Amino acid sequence: MKITKKEVVHVANLARLDLDEESIGKFAEQIDNILEYVDILNCVETKSVAPTSHAIFLTNAFREDKVKEHLDRNKALANAPEKEDGNFVVPKVIG
Amino acid sequence: MNLYKLTIHEAHNLLKSREISSQELTKSVLNRVESVEPRVGAYITVAGETAMAQAELADKTIAEGNITHLTGIPLAIKDLICTKNLRTTCASKILENFVPPYDAFVIKKLKKAGAVIVGKANMDEFAMGSSTEHSGIKLTNNPWDLSYIPGGSSGGSAAAVAANMCLGSLGSDTGGSIRQPASHCGVVGMKPTYGRVSRFGLVAFASSLDQIGPLTKDVADCAVLLKAISGYDAGDSTSVPMDVPDYTTFLEKGLKGFKIGIPKEYNALSGLDAEVSEAVKNAVKTIEGLGAECVEVSLPHTEYAVAAYYVIAPSEASSNLARYDGVKYGLRDKDKNDLIEMYRSTRSMGFGSEVKRRIIIGTYCLSAGYYDAYYRKASQVRTLIIEDFKRAFKSCDVLLSPVAPTPAFKTGEKTEDPLKMYLSDIFTLSANLAGIPGMSVPCGFSTQGLPIGLQIMGKHFNEEKMIKVAYNFEQATDFHNKKPKL
Repeated sequence: MKITKKEVVHVANLARLDLDEESIGKFAEQIDNILEYVDILNCVETKSVAPTSHAIFLTNAFREDKVKEHLDRNKALANAPEKEDGNFVVPKVIG
Repeated sequence: MNLYKLTIHEAHNLLKSREISSQELTKSVLNRVESVEPRVGAYITVAGETAMAQAELADKTIAEGNITHLTGIPLAIKDLICTKNLRTTCASKILENFVPPYDAFVIKKLKKAGAVIVGKANMDEFAMGSSTEHSGIKLTNNPWDLSYIPGGSSGGSAAAVAANMCLGSLGSDTGGSIRQPASHCGVVGMKPTYGRVSRFGLVAFASSLDQIGPLTKDVADCAVLLKAISGYDAGDSTSVPMDVPDYTTFLEKGLKGFKIGIPKEYNALSGLDAEVSEAVKNAVKTIEGLGAECVEVSLPHTEYAVAAYYVIAPSEASSNLARYDGVKYGLRDKDKNDLIEMYRSTRSMGFGSEVKRRIIIGTYCLSAGYYDAYYRKASQVRTLIIEDFKRAFKSCDVLLSPVAPTPAFKTGEKTEDPLKMYLSDIFTLSANLAGIPGMSVPCGFSTQGLPIGLQIMGKHFNEEKMIKVAYNFEQATDFHNKKPKL
């Protein structure tokens, strides 16, 4: 077993996902299969290989720190499920 | 004449000579959509009214003597590319009511060129899938046989082109999501070099792999649409500041001196369908017959590509999809009074099971204690895959291979086994890992009458060479002239 049901629940919690009992079992089995398959990467010798996070050579993309055209407050808030006085509303965080 | 059947370049010529108007053309496409959409299911949103307004504007522009290759041309857009004031859902319940306040860079370019947007095309939720069955909104059927999948994730974009429900479309490709549905629906699809097309306004799945590209009825249209969307954009820090060639100038006959690489590892892969193998072999022969020289090349790390991809892509996705928290946009469970509870409930209600599965895999691979074993290891193997391609391209101009190991499969056939679905991406996802361009052109049909695609891959920023090979192949064959009967 690469991943147990308990670990699936733990990782889902880190990702802020709730899973019902049925999906926990199903995901544990499917993800276990996938991780089992991914193990073939260990057949590759990579001790002296640098990792790639970006396939195209580019140096840092810098720009001047200047204010440009941007969304106004109302447009930025237009899709908010809840808003008030020009702000996003979230459930109470501090008791 | 049914105007909806036209290609982009045919329609352009008729618009230019004023034989047709964009309003007639757009109306014809909208009527076609109305009649076949119930069977094909290519669109999440049809924007009939705004499309007609755009067509009217295009006609005015043309009357003033200003016409680009896309003025007045009706196009479909995959529903993860932001369109100002036009709902963009990513085929997810979590974004079902999201109306972008801005246009993606590619949409700005298309609008500036005078294109007409017919609507937003169906896809696998957040582009995660190879069949469009993971759409949280609806199913799309393959226009060649409605009981088969159209491929994915840009299944709606490919089906819409194949079924003449638009003249061309945009999709996105993270592991084959333009090329594979193009192959399954018998249309031309191109994933450009990473950085060729701006991702500004493309809803992110795996940022180091995603790229927007065209799906079209023929290679000439691919050249037109690719040129229109390519180019540097300061709004995407990974966009590459390089001149864009006029791809249409490479639509010329002659492949003398061209070297075609055939990766030997691809023949040894299990699961390659005999009819697909035969169609691709015949395509290679045809291309040889046109004057190109074939050489065998080696991509020794091919068998590790799927594993590397299915660590890297979910890892990036788990990070990108953290933004859907019920605060700034999209769905929210308003019954929860605790912030964390609200996050959990919103995300659990909003994401479908394939998306959850990938978020969990990605979160696991990036979590403390597993990062080196999975993400770092996969990123190292990615380096070796890139080196494989660099070596191979020393002895050839382009590579030829199948796009998918089989023709389209039946709806429901693979959804229960995610690994089986992932393995069908073997020929396409290496190009995303390496950032190189890849395209699919029709090269045959199975005995059941389902289309088969030929993949052409090139060096970074060598799209024009691929277009030249594809154009010569297309002109020498008849596959692109066959249309599904609906």
